[in-house]
Amino acid sequence: MPETPAPASATADAPVPGGLIRGELERELEQTDNRTRWLLSLPAILIILFFAAAPLLVMVVYSFLTPGDYGNVKWIFSTEGWVNVILQRDIFDDTLIWADAHLSIFWRSVKLSIVTTLLTLIFGVPTAWFVATRPKGKREFWLFLVTVPFWTNLLVRTIAIQELIRAEGVINNLLMALHIVDQPIQMMFTDFAIGFGMTYVYLPLMVLPVYAAVDKLDFRLVEAAHDLYAGRWTAFRRVILPMIKPGIIAGSILVFIPCLGAYVTPRVLGGGKNLMFGNLIELQFGAGRNWPLGAALSFTLMAIVMVALIYYVRLTSREEKTDV
Amino acid sequence: MSDTALPRHSSRGYSVRSLPGFAVIALFTIFALYAPILILVAYSFNAGNSLAIWEGFSLKWYAQAAQNSAVIDAAIRSLYLALSAAGVATVAATMAALATTRTRRFPGKTMIYALINQPLMVPEIVTAVALLIVFAWIKVATGYTSMIYLIAAHTAFCVPFAYLPIRARLETMDYTLETAARDLYATPMQVFMRVTLPQMWPGIIAGMMLAFVISMDDVVITEFVKSAGQETIPTYMLGQLRRVVTPEVNAISTVILAAGAILVSLFFWLSRERR
Amino acid sequence: MQHQAQPMPSTDSADDVAVDVDRISKIFQGEDEVRALDDVSVAIRRNEFFTLLGPSGCGKTTLLRVIAGFEPPTMGALRLGGRDISRLPPNKRPINTVFQNYALFPHMSVANNIAFGLEMLGKPKGEIQTIVYDMLKLVQMEHLKARRTSEISGGQQQRVALARALAPKPEVLLLDEPLSALDLKLRKEMQIELKRLQHETGITFIFVTHDQEEALTMSDRIAVMNAGKILQVGSPRDIYERPAERFVANFIGESNFLDATLNGHTVTLKAGGRFQASPPAGVADGAVSVLVRPEHGQVRMGEAAEGELAATIDTVVYSGEATTVHLRLTTGELFKAKMPNTPSEDGRSIEQGAAAALSIAPGAVTVLKD
Repeated sequence: MPETPAPASATADAPVPGGLIRGELERELEQTDNRTRWLLSLPAILIILFFAAAPLLVMVVYSFLTPGDYGNVKWIFSTEGWVNVILQRDIFDDTLIWADAHLSIFWRSVKLSIVTTLLTLIFGVPTAWFVATRPKGKREFWLFLVTVPFWTNLLVRTIAIQELIRAEGVINNLLMALHIVDQPIQMMFTDFAIGFGMTYVYLPLMVLPVYAAVDKLDFRLVEAAHDLYAGRWTAFRRVILPMIKPGIIAGSILVFIPCLGAYVTPRVLGGGKNLMFGNLIELQFGAGRNWPLGAALSFTLMAIVMVALIYYVRLTSREEKTDV
Repeated sequence: MSDTALPRHSSRGYSVRSLPGFAVIALFTIFALYAPILILVAYSFNAGNSLAIWEGFSLKWYAQAAQNSAVIDAAIRSLYLALSAAGVATVAATMAALATTRTRRFPGKTMIYALINQPLMVPEIVTAVALLIVFAWIKVATGYTSMIYLIAAHTAFCVPFAYLPIRARLETMDYTLETAARDLYATPMQVFMRVTLPQMWPGIIAGMMLAFVISMDDVVITEFVKSAGQETIPTYMLGQLRRVVTPEVNAISTVILAAGAILVSLFFWLSRERR
Repeated sequence: MQHQAQPMPSTDSADDVAVDVDRISKIFQGEDEVRALDDVSVAIRRNEFFTLLGPSGCGKTTLLRVIAGFEPPTMGALRLGGRDISRLPPNKRPINTVFQNYALFPHMSVANNIAFGLEMLGKPKGEIQTIVYDMLKLVQMEHLKARRTSEISGGQQQRVALARALAPKPEVLLLDEPLSALDLKLRKEMQIELKRLQHETGITFIFVTHDQEEALTMSDRIAVMNAGKILQVGSPRDIYERPAERFVANFIGESNFLDATLNGHTVTLKAGGRFQASPPAGVADGAVSVLVRPEHGQVRMGEAAEGELAATIDTVVYSGEATTVHLRLTTGELFKAKMPNTPSEDGRSIEQGAAAALSIAPGAVTVLKD
């Protein structure tokens, strides 16, 4: 006679005498687990909440106050800070006109960020490709070479560019020694200097994500494309590019966003005249003595960054959808 | 493989991994990444005052920097700040990584995750001025100025950087090892000490190093948060750039570069261990 | 927390039972509810080699994890030697597990892996050393005790995992498909090795596998599972020769299912022939499905005589030690007959499309519940 288990009774969910009531133990364990996880996260949460997130909220309040005479604020409500982001009051008749100085700084920030992103793409993608396609044993070495600058102090790298392009810098000395020019070319304190410097310092941010994407690429697919009569460029455009696109998008966003908010590079290489967004904000907290405007400008910058990030998320999630 | 079908590549073999021109651009780019740094290093050994003309090898700028009490003070302060911030951030990040990995969705997980990454989403200059506002307020209200403001600010932006490698390490770790330890009568604490921690060390060290480097490099937030007389090495150098630039800055830069290179090598070695 | 032993669902007396799974369900809440274990009851006896057998996703591993304490049951009761252990964490249960991927601690030596459980139990150093030594000897690994676990072969890792789980002398040892990562030859060796260890240690083994041959070879009793339920519990012979349901018959060994009519203890096949059988409880007279194992069919060329079934040869498959003949019966039903090859008869004489006679051994017809 085969042994068979006890037949299930009609009331399947009725508790066994002395046994667990449905879901009882699972709930208890889950609650303990959730509590543990929250407690473990607490130090990190508090640190960031107090020293990164909450100050932004305080700044919202400050953007609606009146500037103090010697910096800081007077506790009088005012929307002037926000108005002044793009408009300015005429000194004589108090009418509002476009704040050309600000608009040109915004334009410079966006323009230089786009140019920098494009330049890092042009130089970064082939570099990432080259490193990722080295034979296994040698790849580590090349990867190491492109990783080191990523870890190198940003200020030091900016100073290195300064040494290169100063009036008495290496490039000008070389050009004069070769009698190509008689006078040093003025490269410092120009938009060119800022763009050049930002391309140099942010290039590794493009190389690394693209490298990761190429590294994951299944080269049998490229072979399949060639097998199906695609030439090198067709294969690149139609097969490779779509597959490494997430890496390229990630790299672009990683370069574009710090460029928009760049402070050190434009300050060192752009001088006092060629300001970018970050420097304009700083100005309000220094010589400008207009903290509310500085706070409003900060939120404007943050808003632009958020738009870029949301666009990025949209781009990548659509990518995933069309892949399926 | 047919020789006639692919005559151009028949000598080297046809490789789908090479694209025309890419190698040239790549080699140029890698050269261009290093050339300015190498020039900067070279001029730190220049005997002359000028940054333009080479007047022979000398260590005089290193000697001058080493005798400059402002430089020494700033260096000590930078180290103190980076070690404190990286230390605290790594402990917090390790705990948070343990809480947010290897789990199903739990209430608030997304929120915790977003909060930890928040400093990465906001431009540094924005965080810097926000902290300036808040800390100015506290400083006026309490009259208390010390390194604690800098340490707090640095710790906050170091947390996400420390968190990344620790989380990555945890995610590649085999959870059944901890289950096995539990099965073999280990209490949760014993499991952590005997199995989890020994396995996640490389991630923790990598996280701490990343946090340390990020803190050492920081200019923007430090510049806005520091009180009078709290220069770190980067803010000191930034201040110097406004005046006449001497190769002393190059000498300091070179020391930073050397220290950085050692750390990267270590980091690289540690992340190789992982695989 | 001491509970009085509850009446057992089977006829076992409470003293014989090691693990008593009493109406346990495990429900995973996702987009829709998944009943990984659906009101499962089974009593596993002391010192037996008990196997949970079923296809992947049938709930066998979930049941093992519930017994080990890695997964809390949604409801029901779990008792060990009559004591309720549902609420005990894994580290408080005298139950050890051999994991599918072995889960050896990579940062410890072989000896330290084996010593781990004993250390956690707070055993004195001297005792730990003695037990570790005994365990190394038991699994024949003395020479590798100082090695790192990453430096030994898969078969050796398997032995270390066994030794590690046996060292604390658990009341029950759980084995989660421990042989699946090994190659065929090693797997056969380890099957015998596991039987030996179970015999020598006298520990209750609960073994999970999807490999029916492994289950038949090693087990004292087998529970066949599907879709979160235990379909049948019995000795390998019971399960193979008297499967209660079509699923069990199909999952274990090869099967022919034929339509028939049941009248008391007499089965009349639709394709012809009358057989004696003892139907399982709850099967009424009338149309039934019956099982005939392929090796219980004999094929002879020519016209069918009295007591034989007429058929035509469909295909002949030669597989070394045996020949399987696929027949088409007069009802259109297919029948596989598997006959051992002999020097004189190796299936060469069987012609495709020719008329043949099938004889079914007496007692080979099993009535199924569904």
